[in-house]
Formats: sequence, C-alpha cells, structure tokens
Amino acid sequence: MKVSRRELALIGVWARAEAAQSSPSFRFFDAASAREIEAIASAIIPSGDSPGAREAGVIHFIDRALETFDRDQRPLYQRGLAQAQTLRRRLFPASRDLASLNSADLIRLMETLEKESAEFFEAVRVHTIMGFFADPSYGGNRDQVGWRHIGLTTGHHFTAPFGYYDAPEAE
Amino acid sequence: MIAYRPRDVVDFAIIGAGAAGGVVAKELAAAGFSVVLLEQGPNFTEKDYSHDERKFMFDRVLTNNHRQQPNTFRVTDKEKAVVQPAVGYGRQVGGGTVHFTGNYWRLHPGDFNERSRWGAVPGANLSDWPITYEELEPYYTKAEQELGISGLGGANPFDGPRSRPYPLPPMPAKGSGVLFDRAAKKLGLHSFPAPLAILSQPYRGRGACANCGFCEGFGCEMRAKSSTAVTVIPAALRTGRCELRTGAVVSQIETDALGRVTGVVYFDARKASIRQRAKAVVVCANGAETPRLLLLSKSARFPHGLANGHGVVGKNLMWDTGMLAMGLFEQPLNEYKGVQVTRVLHDYYDSDGKRGFFGGGGIDARFDWYPMGFALDGLPKDVPRWGSGFKSFVGEAFTRTMSLCGHTTCLPVEGNRIDLDPAQKDAWGLPALRATFKNHPDDLKTLRFVLDRQLEILAAAGARRVWSDEVKDVAFSVHLMGTCRMGNDPRTSVVNRDHQAHEVPNLFLVDGSSFVTSGRQQPTCTIQALAYRASEKMVAWARRA
Ligand SMILES: Cc1cc2nc3c(=O)[nH]c(=O)nc-3n(C[C@H](O)[C@H](O)[C@H](O)COP(=O)(O)OP(=O)(O)OC[C@H]3O[C@@H](n4cnc5c(N)ncnc54)[C@H](O)[C@@H]3O)c2cc1C
Ligand code: SF4
Repeated sequence: MKVSRRELALIGVWARAEAAQSSPSFRFFDAASAREIEAIASAIIPSGDSPGAREAGVIHFIDRALETFDRDQRPLYQRGLAQAQTLRRRLFPASRDLASLNSADLIRLMETLEKESAEFFEAVRVHTIMGFFADPSYGGNRDQVGWRHIGLTTGHHFTAPFGYYDAPEAE
Repeated sequence: MIAYRPRDVVDFAIIGAGAAGGVVAKELAAAGFSVVLLEQGPNFTEKDYSHDERKFMFDRVLTNNHRQQPNTFRVTDKEKAVVQPAVGYGRQVGGGTVHFTGNYWRLHPGDFNERSRWGAVPGANLSDWPITYEELEPYYTKAEQELGISGLGGANPFDGPRSRPYPLPPMPAKGSGVLFDRAAKKLGLHSFPAPLAILSQPYRGRGACANCGFCEGFGCEMRAKSSTAVTVIPAALRTGRCELRTGAVVSQIETDALGRVTGVVYFDARKASIRQRAKAVVVCANGAETPRLLLLSKSARFPHGLANGHGVVGKNLMWDTGMLAMGLFEQPLNEYKGVQVTRVLHDYYDSDGKRGFFGGGGIDARFDWYPMGFALDGLPKDVPRWGSGFKSFVGEAFTRTMSLCGHTTCLPVEGNRIDLDPAQKDAWGLPALRATFKNHPDDLKTLRFVLDRQLEILAAAGARRVWSDEVKDVAFSVHLMGTCRMGNDPRTSVVNRDHQAHEVPNLFLVDGSSFVTSGRQQPTCTIQALAYRASEKMVAWARRA
C-alpha cells in the first residue's frame, strides 16, 4: 500500500507526540542517537532491583549538557557513537543497533569500547553519573531516584543525630 | 557606599577582598582612613547560592576559572610548564573564606621557631618566623571574637595558651566525630572538637549553622559560615570610608622615581584600564596572585619586579599537603549532613627526631564528598567504575563512609615558586601565573607516616574496609603560602615583621604569601590574625607618615 506524504507527516507527528508523552523532547540528539546513548548509559548504571540511568532519564541530562555547559563535547559524542557502531558491527554483525543488544552483549561491547574509545567512554560515563545525581532540574535524577539510591535526603536544615553512631542509643 | 574618584589620592588601596583583605579593609577604615578595596571577582550574596553540585563543583562559580586565568605548571625547571590547573582559590568578595571548610587552627608556639628547635633541613629553606606565638596571640583572639569562631579552648593539649575562650561552643560531634573519639581513646590519642569559622549559635546578627551539609566548596545560604563577605567587609562599608570595587582585575602597582608606590592600575568589568591613586598599597591577593602582581609590576627602578631586588618574590612556595583515607562502616553515618569536620587530633603534629625526617601532621574526621564527586573519585580503586558492581557499591557506601584527612608539613624549598609564564597569557592579555613545585623528600615521608596513622585510626574505629590514594607529589593546591615571606633580613625575605616591603616603605603585603613555614596547613586562622596585627602596624605607620 502506498502511503501518502500527508499520512507520513501524520505518522511523524504521532510518533513525536508519543515520545513527548513519556519524556520531554531532545534538543541536541535525534531520537535514534538518543536511544543509542541511552543504551550505553544503561550499562553504566543498569536498572535492576532499583531504577538505573534509564529510569532516571539520564539521557535528558546528557542532551542538556551537550546543548549547554558541555557543548564543546558534541564532536566527541558524534565521533564516539560512530566508533561504537563500527565496534558493534564487528562484534555482533547480525545486530541492528546498540539499543537492541541483550545485556550480556552490551556489557561485552562496553568493555571493548572502554579500551578502544576511552575518551568517548569516559565522557558518557561521567555524564551518566552526573546526570544520575544532579539536581533533577537538569533533566536526569527523575523523582530523585539517584539520591534515593544512595540514601540522600534533600533538605536545607538537618537536626542531629544524623546517623547510627551519633544517636544516643549507639553507645 | 562612598565613591572615590580615581584621581583622588586615597589613604590605602587594598588589592583582594579575601581572608586578609577583608580584615585589613575593616581595620583601616574603622581607624579613619579612606580605603578603596579592589576585588577581581563578583560580590555574591546568599541569594546566589544553592546546593547544585554540578554548578558549584564543576563550573567553578566560586573559584578561579582556569579558562579565563590559566596557570601553567611544571615539577622542576628542566621541564617546560604546561597549562594545567595547579592553584585554586576563592575568587569573589570574601575570597577563599566563602567556600572553605572552615577549619580554623591556630599555629602552635613551636611552629614559629622550628628552625631553631630542629636545625637546618638539607634541601629546604627552613627559617624561624620574625614574630612569636605570644606576639600573635592577641590577634588570634581578636580574629576569633570578631569573625565568630566555634570551638572549645583548652581541649587540644598541644595548643598554645589563649587569652580568651572561643566566643561560641563547638559544633556537636557527627558520626565521624563519635567514631574518631572512640578510636582515639582506644589508641591513647587526644581528639578534640574542631575549631570552625562556622556559627554554632547565633552571633552578632547572624544565625546558627543549619547543618545543611553543602558547606565545603559552597557558599552558605544561612550566613552561618564566618566569611569576610558577611562579617568584616560589610562592617568596613558601614564606616562610610571604604569603597568596594568588584570586577577590578589589578594589573600593575605603580611607583615613582623614588621607588615609592603611587597607586594601582586595574581593568574594570568592561576591561577599561583605570588608575587609582593611593598613598599606600596593601596587597592581599593570596600566596599565588600577590607574587604574580609584584612580578608584573616591573619598572626602571624595579627591573625584576616590585620589591624583588633580591629575587625572593615568588620563592619558597608551600602547598596544601595531606591525604584522605576513607573508611566504610556497618551502619549509616549520613555524613552528608552537617559541617564537614567536627573532630581533630594533633598528637602527630610536631616533628620528632626519632622518625628520621622533618615534619608532622594533624588529622581530622570529616566527609567532604558530594554524590557525583564520591561516585566519580571517591571509591576504592578495585571497585568497578561502571555497571552493577559500581551501582551497588555507591548505593551502600555513600551514607556509610567517612574520611580522615591528614594535614601535613610542606617544607619551604627555594626552587618551588610562582613566576610569570614566558608564553601563556590570561584573558586580559597578562602573562599567566607559572607554578614550579616538587615536594621536599621529607614531605613525602611525612605524608606516608601520617597516612599510616589515619589508617590505624580508621581500623580502631571499626571500619570494615579502608582505602586511600597513593602518596605522591602534590600537583594542585588550595593553600598558597610562603611566596613573599616575612623576615628581618631583606636579602632572604620580602616583607619585614610588620608586613612592610623591605624595599618600598608604602607597600604592605598581607596574606598567605607572608608565611615562613606551613604549620600543618589550615592557614586561614593565622592569615587573619596576621591581618589584624598588620593593620595595627599600618595604622601606626600611617599616623606617623
Ligand atoms: C575548597 C577549599 C577548602 C578550604 N578549606 C580551608 C580550611 O578548612 N581551613 C583553612 O585554613 N583554609 C582553607 N582553605 C584555604 C583558604 O581559602 C585560603 O587559605 C585563604 O582564603 C587564603 O587567604 P588570603 O587572604 O591569602 O587570600 P584569598 O582568600 O584567596 O583572597 C585573595 C583575593 O584576592 C583576589 N585577587 C587576586 N588577584 C587579584 C588581582 N590581580 N586583582 C584583584 N583581586 C585579586 C582574589 O579574587 C581573592 O578574592 C580552603 C580552600 C578551598 C579552595
Ligand atoms: S553546613 Fe552550616 S555553615 Fe555550612 S553551608 Fe550549611 S548552614 Fe552554612
């Protein structure tokens, strides 16, 4: 069946609307590269018993970083992602993209990427960790999942005892 | 605020509104002199601060920005210095007192005459101070009272005598402090409550610390940290005789044919060059920028830089030497709440002939990690850097870790210095600061010795797991000392015992650059005591002149 241009445009609108529903739109990434970078981030801080980089929306932090304070890292991301794809095709010739690798294959790829594209790997690692723990207003750490993971409660005023050992009953 | 015109000849132009500069401005203005206080950075208030780790720790909002003001660094003269952040300091009204940890240790009486007590140390330029603890004591007390310091006088058995108790009681021990006390008791050591430039109770119109935890590296939203920005600088402005100019990057101190200072030249916020005339100039730009400014101020009379006839300016640079050791405990401490440090010990502070090297150190119990920094740099080297092992360790360790920080001797070595880079320039076109630094071999032995004591204490405290970095030469410092040392001999020191330049009677240098020895770090208390004392001397000098 031939799809008209108008239908194509509509499909595009729906797809964007659907993406926008689950999360704000991207400013630097296109949808495909966002998915790929998110796959890398999800290997750095995996989901599992508790939310990881994916649930924290770290990809939105990274998108914002590349739009603003780490704008100068854009070429590094572009180059790095291309290297990661080359590596993927070498290791897993039948695969389609990073996002659809199973977790064992993704970890294997990451281990090689860490050695072969160290600068890019480090940039994504730092951004993922920053995004997981940064103020949620940056787009990551959604619902403070990063802070919850490490047991940090936010506040501007705390009263002692703060923990187990300074509580009077600890003696 | 009063406004002077650049062509007005003010009594004093002060360069740098930091730890020392704030004190000097207040004292001179209160004594009736006209003062222009020049600060390159902005004037922040509590409204500008937040707990945003990314912004304050990674964008260097409160500290010198190495993109605008790069420095170069090399270990020895044999190498070409490369652009690499090596000096860090607070760059705003309040200088380093805005974002510092607030550890506020007095020097010990024996710090002032280590050379006489221990003799020469080969390869080091160890000298006695030209003043004694007894001479400085009234000014330590004045600093504590005026600025608002918490602590427990007499609790440290190694401290010198004090004429008055601290104005405020100490902060209560956090979990790290409780464990530290327990371990110290077991080992027969003498832990004591940390003296802090932080209010444990309301004081002189400011509120008490709210234990918010985002303290070191951050500005205090409660005005409880006793920075000069919330204490003496507002008091200086209230006299009606002090004008504060921010965004003023001083590029030169000018002199006349007689070799007397006539004023300063600075770039204003729009990079226009302005000349402020003054009867005397006080440089309080810190242990890195003060010597740089003197070296930038060359003239026919001072071809090697101002007050540098004997080539001493910039030499004997001493840095922030000390290591962190981490311990992981069974139960949560939640050290991210509250001030960083609540307990200290000085049992290993003095040198000891039996150790076979010169130097010693103090140790404090603290936690100065924030989530991103901890996850990126704070973990043991054998914990994975990413993946599920990484995630679970960070999740468990953040609330259960405490650190012990060593603060150790940095011997003065003549070749360690600040000078001007021959090629690199800053955003104002001025030659960049070049640092040359390699620790004296004894410094590394002291680091090793004190680190071993830190690890012992952590073990005695019941840590399940301990880790630390490797002992190595320091390559980055936030304590900047010794580069215009005080002394009686004009051939080996830059200023006299009253902080007056030997070669220029109306030029005074007061800040970390005045130090003769490093003590055991935590220089700010002594910098501010010196600033109170120097101000009194300057007032007497100006009244005579
Ligand atoms: C994270 C951190 C933690 C610290 N913790 C402690 C601690 O717990 N205890 C302790 O004792 N010390 C601590 N310090 C060190 C402390 O901040 C400094 O020792 C102290 O502030 C130095 O005082 P100063 O008067 O010599 O200079 P500064 O406070 O650095 O003031 C110098 C001022 O001069 C300005 N200036 C420089 N050059 C120029 C120029 N050309 N024109 C105009 N203005 C200029 C600077 O912007 C600055 O505001 C810490 C530092 C950091 C960074
Ligand atoms: S811990 Fe206390 S002194 Fe430090 S920033 Fe928070 S409120 Fe201010």
